[in-house]
Amino acid sequence: MRGFLPFIGHRLFRALIALWLVSTVVFVVMRLSGDPVPLLLPPDAPTSEITRVRHDLGLDRPLPVQYGVFLGNIVRGDFGRSIHFRQPAFTVVRGYLVATLELGLTAFVLATLVALPVGLLSAMKRNSLLDHAAMGVALIGQSAPTFFLGILFIMLLALKADLFPTSGRGDWRNLVLPALTLGAFTMASIARLTRSAVLEVLGADYIRTARAKGVAEVWVVAKHTLKNAAIPIVTITGLQFGTLLGGAVVTETVFSWPGIGRLAVQSIYNRDYPVVQCTVFLAALMFIVINFAIDLIYGFLDPRVRAH
Amino acid sequence: MGSSIPASVPTDAAALPAPTAWPRLQGRRVPWVTLAGVAFVLVLALMATAAPWLAPQDPVRQSLRGRLAPPTLEGADGRAHLLGTDHLGRDVLSRVIHGSRVSLVVGFSAVVVGGLLGSALGLLAGFGGGRLDAVIMTVADAQLAFPFVLLAIGIIAVLGPSFPTLIVVIGLSGWVSYTRILRSQVLSLRSREFVEAIRALGGSVMRVVLRHVLPNVLSSIVVVATLELARSIVLEATLSFLGLGIQPPTPSWGGMIQEGRDYLDSAWWIATCPGIVLMLTSIVVSRTGDGLRDLLDPTLRGSER
Repeated sequence: MRGFLPFIGHRLFRALIALWLVSTVVFVVMRLSGDPVPLLLPPDAPTSEITRVRHDLGLDRPLPVQYGVFLGNIVRGDFGRSIHFRQPAFTVVRGYLVATLELGLTAFVLATLVALPVGLLSAMKRNSLLDHAAMGVALIGQSAPTFFLGILFIMLLALKADLFPTSGRGDWRNLVLPALTLGAFTMASIARLTRSAVLEVLGADYIRTARAKGVAEVWVVAKHTLKNAAIPIVTITGLQFGTLLGGAVVTETVFSWPGIGRLAVQSIYNRDYPVVQCTVFLAALMFIVINFAIDLIYGFLDPRVRAH
Repeated sequence: MGSSIPASVPTDAAALPAPTAWPRLQGRRVPWVTLAGVAFVLVLALMATAAPWLAPQDPVRQSLRGRLAPPTLEGADGRAHLLGTDHLGRDVLSRVIHGSRVSLVVGFSAVVVGGLLGSALGLLAGFGGGRLDAVIMTVADAQLAFPFVLLAIGIIAVLGPSFPTLIVVIGLSGWVSYTRILRSQVLSLRSREFVEAIRALGGSVMRVVLRHVLPNVLSSIVVVATLELARSIVLEATLSFLGLGIQPPTPSWGGMIQEGRDYLDSAWWIATCPGIVLMLTSIVVSRTGDGLRDLLDPTLRGSER
């Protein structure tokens, strides 16, 4: 276990730096995007009223001071008050977070549950009809634009076949199409990677040895293949989760899903800085935490990683 | 170590040949899928260039009498609309042909912006080492940690949607892969003896870069650039779909899909035609990237066998 603590420390440091960079970029971009006050008040509001609102929001202070206050507040979990909703930004975002997590987790679980067996089967029945069909579909899933995939699903499965509702959040039937859309890229990537990871392991000497000494094929796959193919699969799976969070912006817009992705897009149009900051920060935080966890798992699975 | 190198050895690369990737292209048979992919991109570029002559009609000419017409050889206005008309009576086929201009101009330019920036930063990180390297790679990590569509929306909301903004934003989103490749190449070359010899004999860093690093990574850059092209085209369409790309009435595939979204039930062709062309482009270009990668640089191969 020697060398593991410094490894964790190093990764943690990098994660914190990444978080700081993300919040700084968010601050800069949002402050550049113009004054929100005119949007909040009627067009004929008196100057004194404008000045008062600017003061209340802290927008009349010098930028470096605003930045300092911003960073200090973030550390305390305070993202300011939403200009549009007139309540703490974190409370607003938290209300939408559940919908995104529901969608993201469903998409992720769906993708993994389909992709792992398909990838494994494709590798074991290499060059079979099933392999070609599965990898063909995976290729399309990997390169098709998410928003058009969503539109296709709406058109074919919701409007033509009338199997699912076209938009909104409700029971499980509302969840199917958005989750399929959001998970398509992840599903395709994991399936392709699983196939190639398993193929690589199947060609290894120790698999031939295992077979030669009469180990049953089921056991060869279960014990020798899957365990050794796990490392690249775990890595890519973690990275995919981040892609999912980004894809949520588009998917939620297409399906009018009330999550933080759609909230962020609308808040940008409303110039509701605190909500945008809070959303992006939370999304980045989730991604960084997940990758940090993946790094740790990776470090456990493969001791060689710790040396670097 | 220096004593084993005779003083008469030319500093030229001829004496110390660096392995190049291009000849391998000749040595191997280029699969027809890859050839077809390259041909597809050429045809698309030709279509974009010749759009005003190829398109049967003016892509922005409206005809309220011929609105939402299904694909037909003789519409209400007496003209053929092979892919139907949209909600303003504009010819969908003509708009799809003209839309390829936005996709390709933004796509290719963004690849150039991202490639130049990423390569420069990769060289800096590799040769600079130390703190500079750490800073660049941390920023790269942070960029990967960012839900980029959100940042793009933010920047475009600030600067307003236009060709240059789109190109810079999409270009900025793709520099990391170039940086990684160049950096690792520089790191692996930097400590090699022939590089030390060049430096010891007075060769500049620039010489090492131009004669040894770039030829080595050229094929990798071509591969990454092809894959980035597919990504850039899709990202442009996504931004246009969200209303942040090229503004109407200029036809763009993403914008057309957005416009057709309200008519999925009654006039499916408005969104479906540009969507299928976009999807085909994305699939073919990224497949071609995969094919080039297998030909030029098998070591990059990770996701497929």
